[in-house]
Amino acid sequence: MNHRCMFAGFGGQGILSMGSLLASSGMMAGLHTTFYPAYGIAMRGGNANCTVIVSDDEVASPVVSHPDLMVVMNETSFDFFQSWTAPGGWMFVNSSMTEKPVERNDVRPVYVQATRIATEVGDSRMANMAMLGAVIKVTGILPFDTVLTAMVKTCPAKILHLLEKNKQVFANGYAAL
Amino acid sequence: MSERVLLRGNDAIGEAAIRAGCDCYFGYPITPQNELTAYMARHMPELGRIFIQAESEIAAINMVYGASAAGARAMTSSSGPGISLKQEGISFLVGAELPALIVNICRGGPGLGNIAPSQADYFQACKGGGHGDYRMVVYAPATVQEAADLTVKAFDVADRYRNPVLLLGDAILGQMMEPVEIRPYAPNRPEKPWAVGGKRQGRAPNLINSLSLEEGVVEEWNWKFKAKFDAMRREEGMVEKVNTEDADLILVAYGTTSRICRAVMKRARAQGLKVGLVRPVTVWPFPYAVLRETARKTREFLVVEMSLGQMIEDVKLSVLDHAAIHFHGRPGGGIPTEGDILEIIEHVLVRRRTGTVTTRGSVIDWTIS
Amino acid sequence: MEMKIVAERTKLWADKPSPYCPGCGHGIVHRIVCELLEEMGLADNCVFMAPVGCSILAYTFLNVDVCQPAHGRTPAAATGIKRYRPDTFVVSYQGDGDLAAIGTAEIVHAASRGENITTVFVNNAIYGMTGGQMAPTTLPGQKATTCPDGRDVKAGMGYPIRVCELLRSLGGVAYLARTTVHDAAGAIQTKRAMRKAFETQVRGEGFSLVEVLSPCPVNWGMGSLEALRFVGENMTAYYPPGEFKVSGAEV
Repeated sequence: MNHRCMFAGFGGQGILSMGSLLASSGMMAGLHTTFYPAYGIAMRGGNANCTVIVSDDEVASPVVSHPDLMVVMNETSFDFFQSWTAPGGWMFVNSSMTEKPVERNDVRPVYVQATRIATEVGDSRMANMAMLGAVIKVTGILPFDTVLTAMVKTCPAKILHLLEKNKQVFANGYAAL
Repeated sequence: MSERVLLRGNDAIGEAAIRAGCDCYFGYPITPQNELTAYMARHMPELGRIFIQAESEIAAINMVYGASAAGARAMTSSSGPGISLKQEGISFLVGAELPALIVNICRGGPGLGNIAPSQADYFQACKGGGHGDYRMVVYAPATVQEAADLTVKAFDVADRYRNPVLLLGDAILGQMMEPVEIRPYAPNRPEKPWAVGGKRQGRAPNLINSLSLEEGVVEEWNWKFKAKFDAMRREEGMVEKVNTEDADLILVAYGTTSRICRAVMKRARAQGLKVGLVRPVTVWPFPYAVLRETARKTREFLVVEMSLGQMIEDVKLSVLDHAAIHFHGRPGGGIPTEGDILEIIEHVLVRRRTGTVTTRGSVIDWTIS
Repeated sequence: MEMKIVAERTKLWADKPSPYCPGCGHGIVHRIVCELLEEMGLADNCVFMAPVGCSILAYTFLNVDVCQPAHGRTPAAATGIKRYRPDTFVVSYQGDGDLAAIGTAEIVHAASRGENITTVFVNNAIYGMTGGQMAPTTLPGQKATTCPDGRDVKAGMGYPIRVCELLRSLGGVAYLARTTVHDAAGAIQTKRAMRKAFETQVRGEGFSLVEVLSPCPVNWGMGSLEALRFVGENMTAYYPPGEFKVSGAEV
C-alpha cells in the first residue's frame, strides 16, 4: 500500500492536525509515514495544506504533487486543488462549505457534510475530525480504532477537554458514509 | 526511555541537541528552520540552559564563539542566506579551535531565492564557505531519525577535534514529520582545560584567538589543523552502499535526494535493471575510496542533486575516467522526480543514449561528463 | 632601612614590551583596567575580550584569560561567555572602528539586552591597526588616509557618532560614562568611572560602558603633546565627558 494524501482548507480548520493525526495513526499501525506541511510564506493569506504519505515501504519524497487522496475543506481549496488529484484518486469535498460538484470524471468524488456533522455535536472547528472519519471509512487506509487511539494519545493538553467531542465527531463522520 | 514519536525534522534536531547536552543555542529567524529556533526557545530555558534570539546571524555565530570559548556545547542554525553570514564566524571557530554545531536547513538560492528545498549549499558547506584553509565534518542526514542521531554525534565529533561540525539538511528534512525514536543519551563530554572564564584558581591564563603576527606561527597552526583534518578523513567518513555489487548503474545522492533515488532503485530493480545506490552520509569527508572501488565494476554513474551539480565534482574526483558520470539536477527549489530519474536510467541502460530527452512535454536534461 | 612601596606595576601586565606606539592612550587604559581588576579582586575570573584593532595584541602581555573574536563581534562573543559562565567577569575592550562601525549592531543589541558585561570603548577617532583610515568617530575636518583632505560631513562621509548619546536611551544600559586620558585628572576620572562600571557588573545591574577619549599621535600625524592637546580641546568639544547613566537612570 502507498497512500499519498493531501489536506487543504482555511487556517483554523485543523488542516494540519488532521494530517498529522493520520500520520501518527500510520506510525502506530507500524507503517512508514511522512507529514509535510506548507510552511513559511506559503501559509500567508489564510490557507493551509499538508501532504501525508502512509505506506508499507520506505517513503521517498514526502512531497506529493498528485495525491491519490485529496481532501478539500473549503471552496478556495476545491477550486485550486481539483486538478491536482491523481486520475483514479479520491476527492473528498466538505460539502458544507461548497456546493460545487467535482467536474472531473476521472476521480472518485465523495461529498461529506463535515462542518454540519461537527456543528451537530458541538463546534464547526471539529469538521476536520468528521472528514477524517469519512476518509477512514471510505478508503480503509487504517482501522477506525487505530485512529481513535492515536487521537487520544496525541491530543494536546490544552484541548484535552474537547477530546470526547472530537471522538464523537470522528465517529459520526465515519458513520455518515 | 525511548519511544517512537512523530516529529518534525527541525524539532527532532532541537530535541536531539538538548539530549546531547547542548548548553547554549543562538539563532535568528529564517525559513525553513524557524521551528528549530522556536523549539529551543521553549525548551532550553526550562532546563536552565541558554537561548538567545540574536540580532543577526552574525551575532548568533559569534555568541556561539564566545560560549564555546567558555567551554559550552553551543550551536546555531539557519538557512542559506543566514549561513552565508555565518561564514566568517565558522572560519574563526576553526582558527580558534572551538567546537560548535551549525545547522543549515538549505533553501533555494542564490540571493534570497525561495524557501523550497535545495542542495545548492554543498560547495559552501564542503569546500570552505569562509576564508582560509579549513575543513569541517558535514553530515547530510536523509531521514528525521538520522538528523536526530547525527545531531547527537555532531557534538561529540566537534568536541573530539575542537572543530565546528555542520549538519546539512534541506527544507524537506526540516519541515517533514516522520516517526523518530529520540534515544536517551549520556553526553560524552571531554574536559576543556583550554576554555576561558570561571575561577582560574592558579591555572595559567588561557587564550582563545586565531591571530599571530609572529613569523611561521600561523603556518604551524595550519599544519596542526591538517593533522586534525586528516584524522577526520580517516575516522569520520560515513557512507551507505545499497545493491552496488552487481550494479550496471549506480545512483549517487545524499539527503532528501537519496530517498528519491532509493525509491527509483527499487522500481528499476523491479523492472530488471541492475541499479545501485551510494549515499554519502558525510559529504565531508567524502567517500572517494568507496566510489573508486565501485567504479571498478560499474561503468555508469548517475549523480542526482537539488542543484546544478556540485557533489558531482567529488564523484568525478573519485571515479575519474573509469566510468561514465551522468548528472540530473533540479536547481532553485525543484525536486527531482522518480519518473524523470527512472527515465534517464532507461535511456542510459536500455537505449544506450546520452544527452537530453523531451517527454511528457517537459525536458529532462541530463549531462554526461 | 626598609623602603615603603608607594607605587608598583600591576601584576596583570606581564614584564613584556608594550606593543603600542609612543604616546598611545591604550597603555593608560589597559593599566587602569589591570589595576582595577587587581584592586577589586576580579583578576582570577576575568575574561578580557580583545577586539580587532591595535588592542588585539593585549593577549601578548595581559595575565588574564583572553578571548579574541571577529571584528566588531566582541559584544556578541562576550554575551556567549557571560551567559554560559555568569561567574566570569567580562571586560569587553573595543576601539571605535570595531564598536561604532562594523560592530554597531552587536554593541546596540548587547546594550539593549542589558548583558552584564563591561565595555571599555577606546575612542581615538582613527583606525590605528590598519594604518590611519577614517573612523566613525573621526572629527569633522580631521585628516585620515581615506579622507586625505579631512572628513567632509557634507560630502557623504557622515557625521562622527557619539556613542554614549546613542546608547543612552537603551533600557538595558546600567552605567554609561565618557572620560579622557589626555591628562592626569582625566586618567583619575577614567579610573573612577571604570570602577563604577565594574561595580555595576559585580552587582549584576546590566550593561556598562566607559568611552575613553584617547590619543593616537602616530596616525594623527602629531607629536605626543600635540595629540594630548587635540584630545583635550578638539575631541572633548565634540564628545563632552561626563556620566550619562548611573544604575540605569539617566544623569
